[in-house]
Amino acid sequence: MDIKVNVREAQGDCYVVDLGGEIDVYTSPKVKDAISELIDRGVYHLVINLEKVRYIDSTGLGVLIGGLKRVREHGGSVNLVCTNAQIRKIFDITGLVKIFGIFESEDAAMKALV
Amino acid sequence: MNQPLAREDRDDVVEIRIPCKAEWVALARLSVAAVASRLQFSIDEIEDIKLAVAEACTSVIQNAKGSTSIEIRCEAANGGLRVNVHDFGYDAHAEPIRARDIEEERVGGLGVFLIRSLMDDVSYDMHPERGTDLVMFKRLLV
Repeated sequence: MDIKVNVREAQGDCYVVDLGGEIDVYTSPKVKDAISELIDRGVYHLVINLEKVRYIDSTGLGVLIGGLKRVREHGGSVNLVCTNAQIRKIFDITGLVKIFGIFESEDAAMKALV
Repeated sequence: MNQPLAREDRDDVVEIRIPCKAEWVALARLSVAAVASRLQFSIDEIEDIKLAVAEACTSVIQNAKGSTSIEIRCEAANGGLRVNVHDFGYDAHAEPIRARDIEEERVGGLGVFLIRSLMDDVSYDMHPERGTDLVMFKRLLV
């Protein structure tokens, strides 16, 4: 079981968080730390790229929801890149498609941020 | 290895016990996925079962007080797969009412919601003295 987290600066004041592997009760704290660190630094516009994520559970969803709530307090936003049908299905059945912007490509997610 | 199970094999039971710790949940879900694969569930159905079992184990880890291990029993029965996730806690993990902040509440609710959405039948059997059984069933569509 593994999780890979990579944070990179993008255009403007936006950052991209690339995630890869499996996000569950064991690995989600690492994702939470990365997102929290960005928000603590004043980064409120995020694209979280889930293209290389093979699995996500409710604790992973909770981390994403928590990040979204925090950036919205500062007028920010979080867009997701998700091309995995099974993971997209989890967002569909939980209704989270209504609160996250979910896109097929990083370019589309980035353009929709601003 | 990939032959469909004969009818007489469908009473087979697979049981595993994992420590009640986050780092072992992956083993539980992958083990149950292997059982579901053996029973010829589709890839999408296997993913559903994996997530449901992982959510059940996560719920135990986060909520069941005093449970040091989790037992997962997989049984091919009634045209599908029945999975019993048993904990030994004295505070049932199905109990949703305790003080939480909004984020925790939402997440906890998501886990139970996912289990109920992904499986065909879900029931709880709570025993104050010996823990809780969360029994879930996924029908095998042939």
